[in-house]
Amino acid sequence: MLDVPRVEIRFHGRGGQGAVTAAKVLASAAVDEGKYALAFPEYGAERRGAPVLAFTRIDEKPILEREPILEPDIVVVFDPSLEPEIYMKGLKPNGMLVINTKKTVDQIVKLLEEHGLQKPRCIARIDATDIALKHLRAPIVNTSMLAALVRAAKVVRLETLEENIRKVFAERPHIAEANIKAMEEAYNSTEVVCL
Amino acid sequence: MAVVEEKPREEQLPTRKKKIAATGSDAAAYAVRDADVDVVAVYPITPQAPIAENIAQMIADGELDAELIHVESEHSAMSAAVAAAATGARSFTATSSQGLELMHEILYIASSLRQPVVMALATRALSAPINIWNDYADAMGMRDTSWIMIFSENVQEVYDNLVQAFRIAEHPDVLLPVVVTLDGYILSHTTEALEPLDREEVLSFAPKRPRGYRPVLDPDHPVTIGVLGAPNWYQEVKVQQALAMRESRRVIEETGKEFGKRYGREYGFIEPYYMDDAEVAIVTLGATSSLVKAAVNRLREQGVKAGMVKIRVFRPFPAEELAKVLENVNALGVLDRAVSFGGALEGPLAMEVLSTLAVRGITKPFISFIHGLGGRDIFVKDVVEMYQKLLEAAKSGKSVTRTLFYGVKSRKGHII
Repeated sequence: MLDVPRVEIRFHGRGGQGAVTAAKVLASAAVDEGKYALAFPEYGAERRGAPVLAFTRIDEKPILEREPILEPDIVVVFDPSLEPEIYMKGLKPNGMLVINTKKTVDQIVKLLEEHGLQKPRCIARIDATDIALKHLRAPIVNTSMLAALVRAAKVVRLETLEENIRKVFAERPHIAEANIKAMEEAYNSTEVVCL
Repeated sequence: MAVVEEKPREEQLPTRKKKIAATGSDAAAYAVRDADVDVVAVYPITPQAPIAENIAQMIADGELDAELIHVESEHSAMSAAVAAAATGARSFTATSSQGLELMHEILYIASSLRQPVVMALATRALSAPINIWNDYADAMGMRDTSWIMIFSENVQEVYDNLVQAFRIAEHPDVLLPVVVTLDGYILSHTTEALEPLDREEVLSFAPKRPRGYRPVLDPDHPVTIGVLGAPNWYQEVKVQQALAMRESRRVIEETGKEFGKRYGREYGFIEPYYMDDAEVAIVTLGATSSLVKAAVNRLREQGVKAGMVKIRVFRPFPAEELAKVLENVNALGVLDRAVSFGGALEGPLAMEVLSTLAVRGITKPFISFIHGLGGRDIFVKDVVEMYQKLLEAAKSGKSVTRTLFYGVKSRKGHII
């Protein structure tokens, strides 16, 4: 993944899980590392629980494509209850699925097969809900999912992400630290399998 | 001839600041902070609201010492901004869509009273049906209001254009309000790399002039602003206004050049992209330009001599610059994101470009395209398709006499 000059990532979440913030924090981290990035959500009905889409493009060069990402390199799925047809749509054949789930990799593959969907090249699984509940006492999985993402594909460094989380919560350092603890646990417990 | 030894340009530039990640709304608020604006009068509306929120936060945090006027409507926001400017204050407001519509009456008054208000417009479609997403209908509605209009392509340009806007608006040879657009969501809510300037730099580039360099409301030196203009003088006032708009070109040009000299990012009225040998070209505005550039890159890889022209300054319209750069193309298109319903062509920018060429005796196979209304996504492939249509026009030598709407859901296909 690191050798690709441009990485296109699509985040799938539900309102309240922080997918939009995740896309922005990832772009900020990429900019901090001297890259170019573009992060934008798909704005629609803004309500808790509604499916939410957000996009991040990272490149070594300035980015002109402001269109939504239809063929992502990576999809990051915050909520296991989202429809696989939706989050797998357009994922490149050599792409990667990063998913918050209690299922095993085998069970995920089976689920995709049941839906008649092509398998991605790599799957990264993480029980981010459990980790978020433990550290944040709320099912806000965005920081854990970002950690899982960078464990699976080193689009930015974990440390740069953590610095950005500290910036986001500059006025509430205890929340920043709880998120960073969640991120470290998520980073260490992400399971990556390439098929 | 005396030889002046020139240092490489990089060495003359002040130390580059680190790039930060920011949205267009952040960039607008930073520019307001760094220009040390005195009065901000705003009423929140989507997608402008984050600009208002950011500025309010900066004032609350002591980062900006400005008077924030919470008005009850956009009509009042613009009225307060005009009144503040009339006292000599550096005055700013921001809005979108319906908010701009409500300001309309005062838009003319701001410019006609020659008050250098600066406004950020997060562009958004107009109701009905209600829609909060991007197009340029609101901006196009102010084209005859005698505001200088600058469109931004990316977050960096939002910042740079606003910094330049204060210098242009307040210049004694201009004294006209300036609006800087940022595409709603596409820029206002998109995070990108931004290189802001130091506050001292901004204040040296766009210095606050001593109070009284222009007539202002001052009890010690009373003046009247906004008197009756009867038929014996009204026309002269309007002609002066038209001339002021024409003459603002010099200041706009010099400001963009000076910005480039100081900070390495030069700005002109237009930005030609691969126009030196272009056979077909599309003219467009704002962040849509990025997509058109991406399409040009794609076509160039296939050996197609495509080019594009971004209109940065829409008012005053860069007719000379545009005519020069379009002289040698074989076919020409204009991509509008607004509709002039019932117009000779329905694309407002298309009509400007056509009259620019026609009055200079330049005729080209021409197509007016409209896409991206109310946030309808324009994909790079859609723009590539427009270029293909232009290649056909270049071959046949024929224009399309009516505007083509792209990306439409219809049984007849996506082009209507």
